[in-house]
Amino acid sequence: MLGRLSWAAIPFDVPVVMIAAGSVGLIIFCVLALVTVKGWWPYLWREWITSVDHKRIGVMYLGLALLMLVRGFSDAMLMRSQLALAAGHAQGYLPPEHYDQIFSAHGTIMIFFVAMPFVIGLMNFVLPLQLGVRDVAFPVLNSIGFWLSAAGVLLVNVSLVVGEFARTGWLAYPPLSEVAYSPGVGVDYYLWSLQISGLGTLLSGINLTTTILKLRAPGMGYRQMPIFCWTALASNLLIVASFPILTATFAMLLLDRYCGFHFFTNDLGGNPMMYINLIWSWGHPEVYILILPAFGVFSEVVATFSGKPLFGRRSMVMATMVICVLSFLVWLHHFFTMGAGADVNAFFGVMTMIIAVPTGVKIFNWLFTLYGGRIRFTVPIYWAVGFMVTFVIGGMTGVLMAIPPADFVLHNSLFLIAHFHNVAIGGVVFGVMAGISYWFPKAFGFTLNERLGKAVFWCWFIGFYLAFMPLYVLGLMGATRRMQHYSNLHWQPLMLVALAGALLILLGIALTGVQLAVSIRQRERNRDLTGDPWNGRTLEWSTPSPPPVWNFSHLPQVDRADAFWAMKQQRGTAQDRNLERTYRAIQVPRNNPTGFFLAFCAVLLGFSLIWRIWWGAGLGLLGAIVVCLIQAWRTDGEIEVPAEKIAAFERLHGPKESAV
Amino acid sequence: MSTEFEAQGVAPGVNVHTHGTRGSYLIGLGYAVVLTLASFWASSTDVIYPPGVPILLGVLAIAQMGIHLVFFLHISSAPDQTNNILALAFGIFVVGLLVFGSMIIMAHLNHNMMPMDKLLQMQR
Amino acid sequence: MSAAEEALGSDDAVPLSLRGPASTRVVAGYGFWLFLLSDIIIFAALFAAYAVLSGESAGGPTAADLFDKRHVLIETACLLASSVTCGFGSLAVQSGDRTSTYFWMTITFILGATFLSLEVSEFSHMLSIGAGPSRSAFLSAFFTLVGTHGLHVTIGLCWLVVMLLQVATLGFRPMVSRRFFCFGLFWHALDIVWIGVFTIVYLGAHL
Repeated sequence: MLGRLSWAAIPFDVPVVMIAAGSVGLIIFCVLALVTVKGWWPYLWREWITSVDHKRIGVMYLGLALLMLVRGFSDAMLMRSQLALAAGHAQGYLPPEHYDQIFSAHGTIMIFFVAMPFVIGLMNFVLPLQLGVRDVAFPVLNSIGFWLSAAGVLLVNVSLVVGEFARTGWLAYPPLSEVAYSPGVGVDYYLWSLQISGLGTLLSGINLTTTILKLRAPGMGYRQMPIFCWTALASNLLIVASFPILTATFAMLLLDRYCGFHFFTNDLGGNPMMYINLIWSWGHPEVYILILPAFGVFSEVVATFSGKPLFGRRSMVMATMVICVLSFLVWLHHFFTMGAGADVNAFFGVMTMIIAVPTGVKIFNWLFTLYGGRIRFTVPIYWAVGFMVTFVIGGMTGVLMAIPPADFVLHNSLFLIAHFHNVAIGGVVFGVMAGISYWFPKAFGFTLNERLGKAVFWCWFIGFYLAFMPLYVLGLMGATRRMQHYSNLHWQPLMLVALAGALLILLGIALTGVQLAVSIRQRERNRDLTGDPWNGRTLEWSTPSPPPVWNFSHLPQVDRADAFWAMKQQRGTAQDRNLERTYRAIQVPRNNPTGFFLAFCAVLLGFSLIWRIWWGAGLGLLGAIVVCLIQAWRTDGEIEVPAEKIAAFERLHGPKESAV
Repeated sequence: MSTEFEAQGVAPGVNVHTHGTRGSYLIGLGYAVVLTLASFWASSTDVIYPPGVPILLGVLAIAQMGIHLVFFLHISSAPDQTNNILALAFGIFVVGLLVFGSMIIMAHLNHNMMPMDKLLQMQR
Repeated sequence: MSAAEEALGSDDAVPLSLRGPASTRVVAGYGFWLFLLSDIIIFAALFAAYAVLSGESAGGPTAADLFDKRHVLIETACLLASSVTCGFGSLAVQSGDRTSTYFWMTITFILGATFLSLEVSEFSHMLSIGAGPSRSAFLSAFFTLVGTHGLHVTIGLCWLVVMLLQVATLGFRPMVSRRFFCFGLFWHALDIVWIGVFTIVYLGAHL
């Protein structure tokens, strides 16, 4: 009846899990109760859950990511504390079967459910505003993409309580991930939650690429497009081109596990090395998908707060597109040691070193933008400068490992762990934090508390170095990744320093929550009345904060890069002031529950497949088809906002002098 | 059916003229039939130098894909098709890299990581 | 005239990239084109797996043992013909001709269904002689590659039925016309993938 599901799936005998699950369950219950008692459900349903507005969806992505950051980071704290304890004869408090699930969950969650939603959320919110248009190309698809990601999040978190998670690392290499060696449901949880959220990501990639290429304000050609839009374009092209590889590879592994196929098994001709080859041909573009939008954020932030246009715009665009192409030519550096031989290794080693060049070009451009500018040291600039130092170090250690003989020593050591956290935290996390503090006033109408923002930065910055510099040393001393215990007592002091760093980052995350609470309380004091709190250069700052659903009452007419800056220079002219403002009615997409219901069906389908509850899977699939058919026959997709309403809004929030 | 130029280009598969494209499908069909029969013939005949047969099949397949793209999907080099061509080129780049890259890499890996018994078999 | 053309005077000298947001038709078409490219990359990964594993028959039946060229030639003919009839159907949709649309699209459906039944008969025959996907890596790769293509054809046929129902109930409004257009792209792309399949899998087997 219920496949393999039974009460035995819940680990009543593991206190850590039960306490964690209990606490989370309690919090969820309290939140739901609060919402019910206060009568907020109609508001939530109307304004957020069924919204197809890119701004709302962007904020939801960021909220989801922040939530999962806490989950992923708690896994990190478990690992750091375990390693601080488990030296010599001590075994720590996490047995290997449990520890293996923790590091697998940590990596999976951080990449797929923190970094990706962070980056996609920022792009979602900002792109239509920067491009001077009303919404993305496919608003309903946007909602579907978000809710599918949320479905993946739900499945991964359910695995904590019902069943187990994969013990195979964040990429689930076979043959360990095959049924013969992982007969439980852990790998299935991993595969299905990623297939579902992967579909959401792919839809998002198609949506945003189409938006950038086909939906721009009149006069905004490729040369006038902001740099963030260029990096978003490269990132989304990579999503469209690389995520299908992930989907296909996971499908092959699923066929091996469910139907006895032999793609990656040890017997009957299977080849596990093929999995590693395929998964990394996705995996390398994936890291560029994450970092390119962060680069875009820094381009915007550095230019705005230096009060200068970005130095070397053309070379910046070239570098971005070169990285986009080259990112497909380096993937073997993730498995130099698997045995392809010197010729193949040499090619990929050289390509990996070459790909560092365009990134270097970008760093120089940012430095030259700062040079000679009137720099305002706001929180986003703190993140930008912190990024430039930290990311360069991480990049250099990457180029070091790009040399195959060096990699033979360092592969799968803690040196590797330090490198990728260096670029992921120093690059992606710092970029997202900069983006959030930069665009927060646009989204919510008030700025975040600056002092707390700087405190958050310092906690992350110092915490990062304390947590990961020891790992470089440990890697060189021979410590490997994914180890639950080690016998060399000399390593323990370094592990303790790393734990201190992790605690500092924990403080930073806590302070982020405090900053949010304090800023909300102080919001009247920090209101953004002009829509342009930073004296910005690009079109999103020409809208009120927060922008109306329709973004622009008139699509802006663009004729050069940094369009808003140019508009501000001309604003003083009498011609502008006397411009007759006639408004026309605007069509905006109607709310749509399709995304939410599809995600519900996806969770049912995924959970049922994981536990081999075939009727449940059938029901989920049928439900999804029915929801799609209902959407196919929906003819009232848009609602008209009358001209008078737009005029009234403009009178209230119309253009004023900028703040700075 | 309007024939005015679309802002930001034309979607692939769009017919610029409503009349006369029946012809394009029939011409495409003609070419495709010829190429298909040629492929089937090439794979079973003795007339062609055997190591050249895979290359010939590859060429015929690519030619036929091109016929489909031009006559059925109406891809052309017109300026309003530029985005479509670029996307297609990027797709072809990734496909080629994935297929040929995997074949080269796996061939090397399989050779270097050959299990002992197979190595001994090769030496016998 | 669109807002863009009002602003810029619909002068042909203005580059396409500067004319403002594109129409829904163009946007939908391009988005679907990107989706098709992503689908083709899924096939590329499956082709790569097939290329690598095609020799791994683990002592079981090999490609040369199993594949019948005449069977494949008929399948190819069906799919190719269905591409052409789909094209004729698209023209009927564009001109709003209901009868013609039903006629050509029904023929497309029949040809597609014939292709599928031929493929299913081939698969069931292979299963019955013990040459199923769990027999060897080569067979796993074969069934997955060809089976995924067949799955796409199946989904296409279901989509076609839905589209014909939409024409019957909603007429040829822009939304329906756009979707037919996307269907056409999809159907032609499947034929392009099939070219790769029959060349590499079936003709390649006998080399």
